Amino acid sequence: MRLNRLPQYLYLVLVYGFLYLPILVLVVYSFNDSKYSLEWQGATWEWYQNLFDDPDLLQVALNSALIATLSASVATVIGTTTAVALHRYEFFGKTVLNALIFVLMMTPDIVMGIALLILFASLSLPLGFWTLLLAHVTFNIPFVVVTVLGRIGGFDRHLIEAARDLGATEFQVFHKILLPLLAPAVVAGWLLSFTLSMDDVMVSFFVTGPSFEILPLKIYSMVRLGVTPEINALCTIMLGVTLGMILIAQLLLREKS
Amino acid sequence: MNESVSESVIELRNVSKAYGANTVLRNVSLQVQAGEFLTLLGPSGCGKTTILRLLAGFEKADGGEIAIGGQDMRTLPPEKRHVNTVFQSYALFPHLTVFENVAFGPRLQRVGGDALREQVMDALRMVKLEELARRKPGQLSGGQQQRVAIARAVVNRPQVLLLDEPLSALDYKLRKAMQLELKQLQRRLGITFVFVTHDQEEALSMSDRVAVMNAGCIEQLGTPRQIYEAPENLFVARFVGEINNLHGRIVAAAPPRYDIRLHDRVINLKSKWTFAEGDRVNVLIRPEDLRIWREHEGSDEERAKLFPARVEEVVYKGSTVDLIIRLDHGDLLSTTQFFNEEDLALMNLDFQVGERVFVDWVHDWETILPHED
Amino acid sequence: MRPREPFKWMAVGTIWFWLVAFALLPNLLVFVASFLQRGSDEFVAFAFTLGNYQRLLDPLYLGLLLDSFWLAAITTILCLLLGYPFAYLLTRMTPRWRPLLLLLVIIPFWTSSLVRTYAMVIVLKANGLLNQILLGLGLIDEPLELLYTEPAVILGMLYALLPFMILPLYATLEKLDHRLIEAARDLGAGQFTIFRRIIVPLTLPGIIAGSILTFLPGLGMFYVADLLGGAKALLVGNLIRDQFLSARDWPFGAAVSVMLTVLMGVLLAAYYLSSRRASRGVMP
Repeated sequence: MRLNRLPQYLYLVLVYGFLYLPILVLVVYSFNDSKYSLEWQGATWEWYQNLFDDPDLLQVALNSALIATLSASVATVIGTTTAVALHRYEFFGKTVLNALIFVLMMTPDIVMGIALLILFASLSLPLGFWTLLLAHVTFNIPFVVVTVLGRIGGFDRHLIEAARDLGATEFQVFHKILLPLLAPAVVAGWLLSFTLSMDDVMVSFFVTGPSFEILPLKIYSMVRLGVTPEINALCTIMLGVTLGMILIAQLLLREKS
Repeated sequence: MNESVSESVIELRNVSKAYGANTVLRNVSLQVQAGEFLTLLGPSGCGKTTILRLLAGFEKADGGEIAIGGQDMRTLPPEKRHVNTVFQSYALFPHLTVFENVAFGPRLQRVGGDALREQVMDALRMVKLEELARRKPGQLSGGQQQRVAIARAVVNRPQVLLLDEPLSALDYKLRKAMQLELKQLQRRLGITFVFVTHDQEEALSMSDRVAVMNAGCIEQLGTPRQIYEAPENLFVARFVGEINNLHGRIVAAAPPRYDIRLHDRVINLKSKWTFAEGDRVNVLIRPEDLRIWREHEGSDEERAKLFPARVEEVVYKGSTVDLIIRLDHGDLLSTTQFFNEEDLALMNLDFQVGERVFVDWVHDWETILPHED
Repeated sequence: MRPREPFKWMAVGTIWFWLVAFALLPNLLVFVASFLQRGSDEFVAFAFTLGNYQRLLDPLYLGLLLDSFWLAAITTILCLLLGYPFAYLLTRMTPRWRPLLLLLVIIPFWTSSLVRTYAMVIVLKANGLLNQILLGLGLIDEPLELLYTEPAVILGMLYALLPFMILPLYATLEKLDHRLIEAARDLGAGQFTIFRRIIVPLTLPGIIAGSILTFLPGLGMFYVADLLGGAKALLVGNLIRDQFLSARDWPFGAAVSVMLTVLMGVLLAAYYLSSRRASRGVMP
């Protein structure tokens, strides 16, 4: 299937351009020293400054970071142990469990959001920090499982047996063999969970209340009112955080080969 | 080694194992002597690896008893057994150096400091890898990884070393060299080796005894020579080496000698089996035991005792020439003719397809078994 | 198998508890709620009805559902048309550049869709980049009303979802054994035949997976419709959200959600069957 290379490259460039140009525009405008004009008026930090001068916004950002950190951590523990169990053991319902995790990952956000809302409402749980945390852990778990399983899948399946054979107990196997080998995937899983949690709109929309605001929802309500340079700046920061996390995660996952 | 005083280090009694509906071991009993090199030989799925995994403790038997060094193994987890395994895939820990891989077992036994270093380096020296101690497994060749796997296992001075097709991933030359090294290592260490392979040549050349397995049973247990020269059943005869099978019938029985009718001829042969007149038998002859006479060789009188045949295929193999010949009765035989330096002038192995030849064999080198098919 | 396996039971127990409590139970509740009636004080009244599902056939809602399916389908098809050649070309790039090029798809995959949708708003608004360019090129005389139109919503969803189509496609295309293509050529197949008879069937699981990941969110992403489509409820997602927020008709919202779940089930079954079929062939 040898086609001329030039149109191929052109096509790739066009699609990448489509993916990145709007983001680039957003980032550039966040530094533009003009509130309304589209023309470039010189660079400024003013919009970023405004963000950092807004204590409410800082609180909201802190809330988001807190939820992301906690939910990523809980999901990482549950997801990692689940992946290890799925790989190592045979147990009743293993196939069902595997399928459930896959289905959970494919579930549209809106379906998960209202399902959890109905759950929390029927338990009379007030919507806020705790409900949000539970929801975020739930949608993060499958991503950690998949990330870690991807890594274990590449292992020689006799590694664990070899360790036991050489005298390692169950616990020693976990901490001397599995953990060091899984570490990159576990950290990557955590970082991906953090980003997912940091960026989630749809599920959070249904399961948090006015008592506990988070950044994506704040941005959503701001954006509905119109485009402002401050939102540009805020979105740019969000982009930067995501980018950093993804780069580290990808680096960790690549190192394996 | 005096067999009568040596005790058995491994004892399997009526061991059976099934995975669901799939039975992989049927009442297997086996004793392995201390210091012995025992090979489990068989086609894939015959249960040989399962025996190894039962000994290592990775699987639990459904029934029967397993003892190592006189100790009941049924409830002992792998980490408590004085048994180590060399895995087919080596299973080296990719995140640890060669040194740390080998040190893994001793460290868990709380060996440390100079003693640890000495022990590990000794093991590495034994497999000629002391210079690569700081490398990671990923930086080693297949043969080197294989040696690390062996060093990692023997450094613990196990009572028994289990080797699961350890050479199957190596290329032919390296495999030959490692076979020799393993054998020497085993003699030097005096550790009992239980070696699993599906390669019959490997089994014959390395082992003190070979257990030929099929479909979850041990078909025959014996020295390589017994296995090759006196197979106890058709499976063993066919699996170990190539063999020709002629169908015959006992026409007169005078144990241990019998008159056997093979096609239109009656031959008097010896067998350790007892047959009655009229029994059907298989007469098994190795290709290298068959002798080929060409048309101009031998007198008419001699030739009258031979089986006439025609050459169907000539396969030149370097040190031998293999012939596929069809007896005039219709049976197809395969023969191996060695180039003989002394006879080179006399004996020309330049056979032609379609050539008329005559066949016989050195009587009593054959094996006679009850008929089975 | 072994007597002491605290780790195993802890791990398996935790994940089962979590999935039952926060995935199975909630969806069961949604299912139950979809057969209940709207409550006056409480969110639901415990009286059985099929009315919520009947209302899905009400022309008012049916029209919206069909419109939303239409939008999501168009988006999915566009993603596929744009993404398939793109993913294929990615697999044909030199191994040196492939990781970087792939990373450039992975980054938007993980980036907030809200932020990216917002970026689209900036591009499309009346004095936005696109209008400026078109004006500058003299192609138009006055700014186009791009925002708050259906094409804008489709463009926004395409923009948000394209990486979700490309990555699964890439994963299956990468596994495609190119000797098969050579074998097909050797047997005399033309390029179109190879594509239709070899490449498409073998990458069908990726096509279906990518379609699930674009079609279902394409029905649900209410904020894309909000930001690019204006106030009009366009998507199933908007409908569901409005039932829970403004209309306060939870049972009806639940019924719509059940419909989405059933749809997901059907699509996942198709994925399962296709991937089984694709992998059932000869193993190398």
